[in-house]
Amino acid sequence: MSQPSMSKSMTVGESGLAVLFAVTAFLCVIAAAKALDAPFAFHAALSAAASVAVVFGIINRYFERPAALPPEEINGRPNYNMGPIKFSAFMAMFWGIAGFLVGLIIASQLAWPALNFDLPWISFGRLRPLHTSAVIFAFGGNVLIASSFYVVQKTCRARLAGELAPWFVVVGYNYFILMAGTGYLLGVTQSKEYAEPEWYSDLWLTIVWVVYLLVFLVTVIKRKEPHIFVANWFYLAFIVTIAVLHLGNNPALPVSVFGSKSYVAWGGVQDAMFQWWYGHNAVGFFLTAGFLAIMYYFIPKRAERPIYSYRLSIIHFWALIFLYIWAGPHHLHYTALPDWTQTLGMTFSIMLWMPSWGGMINGLMTLSGAWDKLRTDPVLRMLVVSVAFYGMSTFEGPMMSIKVVNSLSHYTDWTIGHVHSGALGWVGFVSFGALYCLVPWAWNRKGLYSLKLVNWHFWIATLGIVLYISAMWVSGILQGLMWRAYTSLGFLEYSFIETVEAMHPFYIIRAAGGALFLIGSLIMAYNLWMTVRAGEAEVQAPVALQPAE
Amino acid sequence: MSFWARHQIFEKNSIVLIVGILLVIAIGGLVEITPLFYLKSTIEVVDGVRPYTPLELAGRNIYVREGCYLCHSQMIRPLRDEVERYGHFSLAAESMYDHPFQWGSKRTGPDLARVGAKYSDDWHVTHLTNPRAIVPQSVMPGYPFLSQTEVDPAAIADHMRTLKIVGTPYTDDQIANAAADMKAQADPDNAGTDAFTKRYAKASVRNFDGKTGVPTEMDALIAYLQMLGTLVDFKLYNEKANLR
Repeated sequence: MSQPSMSKSMTVGESGLAVLFAVTAFLCVIAAAKALDAPFAFHAALSAAASVAVVFGIINRYFERPAALPPEEINGRPNYNMGPIKFSAFMAMFWGIAGFLVGLIIASQLAWPALNFDLPWISFGRLRPLHTSAVIFAFGGNVLIASSFYVVQKTCRARLAGELAPWFVVVGYNYFILMAGTGYLLGVTQSKEYAEPEWYSDLWLTIVWVVYLLVFLVTVIKRKEPHIFVANWFYLAFIVTIAVLHLGNNPALPVSVFGSKSYVAWGGVQDAMFQWWYGHNAVGFFLTAGFLAIMYYFIPKRAERPIYSYRLSIIHFWALIFLYIWAGPHHLHYTALPDWTQTLGMTFSIMLWMPSWGGMINGLMTLSGAWDKLRTDPVLRMLVVSVAFYGMSTFEGPMMSIKVVNSLSHYTDWTIGHVHSGALGWVGFVSFGALYCLVPWAWNRKGLYSLKLVNWHFWIATLGIVLYISAMWVSGILQGLMWRAYTSLGFLEYSFIETVEAMHPFYIIRAAGGALFLIGSLIMAYNLWMTVRAGEAEVQAPVALQPAE
Repeated sequence: MSFWARHQIFEKNSIVLIVGILLVIAIGGLVEITPLFYLKSTIEVVDGVRPYTPLELAGRNIYVREGCYLCHSQMIRPLRDEVERYGHFSLAAESMYDHPFQWGSKRTGPDLARVGAKYSDDWHVTHLTNPRAIVPQSVMPGYPFLSQTEVDPAAIADHMRTLKIVGTPYTDDQIANAAADMKAQADPDNAGTDAFTKRYAKASVRNFDGKTGVPTEMDALIAYLQMLGTLVDFKLYNEKANLR
């Protein structure tokens, strides 16, 4: 290979980013000095320190790297960029354990309220957004970024676009998580569920997300394959739609540019509709479309079978993204939202059952002719069971969106149970399956350290999910029925607190289920750690299998 | 060309694919959200709903900060048991000045849309400090620190100015007197209470936390809780005129 001799110089990206972050560090110091409230001062100081660290990081990287930038191809094979993927995969495991742990803590607080310790930072109301953000955006988000960067390179046979840009995405995204999470503990929240971070974190996320879209899109444009692989349609829909939702739900006016508090532009009923248009599509596009992309790549790859139906995947894709957007109002049944909007939301939620199950069938039937692998490969079993959970919760969801059912289920633990059958069963298991595949691939290992430990993880976590969701079904339906129970004389039968008391045993079972799920993830972390540390290196990187169309 | 072959335009051109995605996902949101801004029937015509007083607003911000909305809804549905348990079903008009809305999604604790004037201030102080002192089976966290933290009357005018920009009809008079009004509401002996009650109809002037001096976060939060759902007089409310 001929290496042209060239003098080493900083790229435009390196020098530009270094200058940009130096300026940011300076601005953050000013913001910290002029801050109106303590959390804002903390975040400004943290950002100043982080910006300085980034400047040093860029300069250090420049001195360490060879004069020539990494080539697009080596010996005619794409020179894939695995660094940012490894970083994101590691962060996913870290945040996953943190998020499951906080979930266990808040579940225990509901069973034993003394665990709030009367302290503001660890009271339920502040830890709950920390739990949801840590599992959805930190764990799920890192899995999505890591897997999308992997899948887009492999299926396009092209190196990830940009050198610093992918690093900007993964580090910048995790910094957003850090600001959001520490903010919740300090009471910084705009109280919109799953969109709690305040205005400055939202602005930062917007920048990171645009760069994410560009890295992904430019890699797709660079592709050596004529067709864009189906998983990439789903990733693209996820990235684009999350951007639209984020911008639509969060336009807020800060009280001062030196303070954390802002007021959102929307109010009352319109804000409620914007919020649940966002909230339900955070489920639809973050927790569904993104993870369906994982399904469409990792299941065929692991099962070594082509996707069941190419035509079904086309229908699945367009029907799913079209119908999901309408489903938001089912979170607002019987509220002060006008009836016509509720009816639309319910109708489309029921229709959504069809593309959801179409997608499930496409995933499951991919196993045609390879079902025997479920007996021998616990990773594939995890992926397939995740799709089964997806089918279960996408049946339960449309059912709960029917107004009559919703009048019972809404405001109760049934909703929490429904969310967790999707979150633990579908998103959790498909993520675990993807990470079990991705870690050996990205670190160039022959295989996992131990398939036996994967088996243990699978069964412990499955038992945890069953305990969790059945406890929440019982407690939710029980409480819903108690609220509306009348005596023979026509009085309400139960006071509110009697219905709270009835929840106690189920809250303990739920916490036990959560503990099992957490234990499973610790086994997984050990397994992945040993795979990276002690695994045998793969001699020749495998050629990417190209699933049909 | 078959239908499936036509789809290749999306599979072979990333920009066309992105435009397609954007068009398809825009429709649902546009149809469901935009009419809410211009259909007159969306928000009922009601007397009595006013913006929050400075103290109530500070209390509402504490309610948001502590994540109360995660366990308490503020939205009574028109179902027999809910109306009997909590009171008249909630109107859209009652939360029209809420940025953001606090309807909630879960009732680990009871609905608070009409909790105002249901319990005494003393009850709230004791309950917020240690919920199990009053309700032994409660699973609510205690908030003893609220009594020990003062609110900053000087800061609240900026909040009202911001809210005015996003559409809350605060008058210049209300904004100019925000700090004084905040102190006056928590202090019945204050010289400014008459002017305050003229600026805010149906606002209660009381020493909510029972302690003298600068209002605390406990004062603010209780002032907010005690006004929830009290603004509309349902004896005068014309239900038929607002049928939707």
